[in-house]
Amino acid sequence: MPPKVAHEPKPIAPDLPEATATRVREVIDARRHLPGALLPVLHGIQDALGYVPEDAVPLIAHELNLSRAEVHGVISFYHHFRTHEPGRHVVRLCRAEACQALGARALEAHAKKTLGVDFHQTTKDGAITLEAVYCLGNCGCGPSVLVDPDGLHARVTPASFDALVASLREAAK
Amino acid sequence: MTTRIFVSRDATALAHGAEAVARAIGNEAKRRGVDATVVRNGSRGMFWLEPLVEIETPAGRVGYGPITVADVPALFDAGFERGHVHGLRVGPVEMIPFFERQERLTFARVGITDPLSVEDYREHHGYRGLENALAMSGEDIVKALTDSGLRGRGGAAFPAGIKWKTVLGTPSPQKYIVCNADEGDSGTFSDRMLMEGDPLCLVEGMTIAGLAVGATQGYIYLRSEYPHAYRALNAAIANAYAAGYLGADIRGSGRRFDLEVRLGAGAYICGEETSLLDSLEGKRGQVRFKPPLPAIKGLFGQPTVINNVITLASVPIILDRGAEYYKDYGVGRSRGTLPLQLAGNLKNTGLVEKAFGVTLRELLYDYGGGSYSGRPIRAVQVGGPLGAYLPESQFDTVVDYEAFAAVGAMLGHGGIVAFDDTVDMLEQARYAMEFCSIESCGKCTPCRIGLTRGVEVLDRIRAGIERDKNIVVLKDLFETMRFGSLCAMGGLTPDPVRSALEHFPEDFEVRA
Repeated sequence: MPPKVAHEPKPIAPDLPEATATRVREVIDARRHLPGALLPVLHGIQDALGYVPEDAVPLIAHELNLSRAEVHGVISFYHHFRTHEPGRHVVRLCRAEACQALGARALEAHAKKTLGVDFHQTTKDGAITLEAVYCLGNCGCGPSVLVDPDGLHARVTPASFDALVASLREAAK
Repeated sequence: MTTRIFVSRDATALAHGAEAVARAIGNEAKRRGVDATVVRNGSRGMFWLEPLVEIETPAGRVGYGPITVADVPALFDAGFERGHVHGLRVGPVEMIPFFERQERLTFARVGITDPLSVEDYREHHGYRGLENALAMSGEDIVKALTDSGLRGRGGAAFPAGIKWKTVLGTPSPQKYIVCNADEGDSGTFSDRMLMEGDPLCLVEGMTIAGLAVGATQGYIYLRSEYPHAYRALNAAIANAYAAGYLGADIRGSGRRFDLEVRLGAGAYICGEETSLLDSLEGKRGQVRFKPPLPAIKGLFGQPTVINNVITLASVPIILDRGAEYYKDYGVGRSRGTLPLQLAGNLKNTGLVEKAFGVTLRELLYDYGGGSYSGRPIRAVQVGGPLGAYLPESQFDTVVDYEAFAAVGAMLGHGGIVAFDDTVDMLEQARYAMEFCSIESCGKCTPCRIGLTRGVEVLDRIRAGIERDKNIVVLKDLFETMRFGSLCAMGGLTPDPVRSALEHFPEDFEVRA
């Protein structure tokens, strides 16, 4: 019989910095009692950290008694959740029909060109992450843009987009 | 007497600077010693006037709009707080033709009351439906709903009474009321406006639904793209709890109903009811097989009423005024009113609640005022990204579920998106396929793979590669998707493409 060796308990999420792990646990503890808690938990983590780190997946899975595959599957299914840290501001451009009818396609091309990024990418200076969104419910006054959690803008033109971006960069300084 | 000044907190008003205007008016009033209070109401749904500022006068509410912060001192100079003349005065708000000609039943309070005040809500007929419902049996409430002829306003137009009756008749210790507030269709914002402008109406409707079928827990599944509605709903729910309209003992009746808002996470498919239920359970939002119906095995496997925001928000007035009152509005099998949303390239965009029976042309020109760009309206998409594109020859179609179906279109959730003559219909057809390929839940093959192939086929047609043969392939794909998909998204995505091809074939020709 091999001798018994005392094992250190294996860390659940070894690659997650301890401070981050603590915040993730706090978010989970505040929501684990909810039926169907995974989405509220993921929202909570993204609100706290700006994204859901891939390294946090094992911890979330362990705490909610789910498999890593289930957690990963949910994160990757929903457009809202991102697994990489965004820029200082997230700019969401509406691509849907009502905004198209008022020039959203041209605005999209302009935004990508002037920022030098595609959707889901961050500008080189780290100021702005550009995201696509499919309807913001401002369909009477498009093209619509949502900045960060609730900064909604109506009738956005290439010129007013540039002014908006400049003000965000200024604010970030 | 303190003058009440109304500045909307609706998201579209905020997008036009309403927050800064409200603040400027408050500060200016204080500076000048004017006895006034600023009330943040919902929007009247006349977006070209936003930010619309309304003054309560003995002769009714007088409006000024659109107002910018720079206009505020001049408004006070003119004495606008007493309703005096100013260049931006639009007169009595309810006499503006766009508003005056509407039939506002579900939206009766939106833009009028303080959305978060239970007191204000009660003063404007609020909670009368619930008071009646508390004295009725579940069967009688369901009967009132059935008799009203109310059909699901989310798009599928299924009779609401039948859904409720099924849940009522399915015994279970736990049942649920779920509100589908995943208003993902482009061109629609009536759910959002209702939730921001009169959230207690939705709360009341869900509470009545709970009483009717014996459910004690409700969830509002709200899309994450609506942060302003999220705040309004949570505040309204907290106020309803505080006033005893939610919780373990609703107004001393001994009946319980709890309500919670849950956020979606940016997935169009979660507007499909079974995907929504999976999402609420914390899973990927994938479509379920039916049967079993959600009414029998819904959320967490329990009997569940799942209805759209406008459906549930139409319940209070039916229980207050009676089924006959509601049923009196409308035509054919489409009873009551529909909050229509004028969007895209129109001059006067906004919300028009009308009895069924108005024509698309009236909405586009009499209400909408024609195109925003001043160019001719060439195509109109009704019913969201899965709705057909209608050409000018179909503008006389009457707003009625059956009339729209008869021309191969769909009324859906009542969103109307106008395009002028600069629109490229092949591009629109391609976008329909592209959008749905991004949003497909991936469960069934015709949708998951068919949509990607559809984009490729349209690209070949655009490039002039074997155009005629590819049109045949495209039409074949329509059939496969229509008959081979599990849910409405796969089944209906061909509609915008097919209608574009049928009504605007010139855009699908090989370009010289």
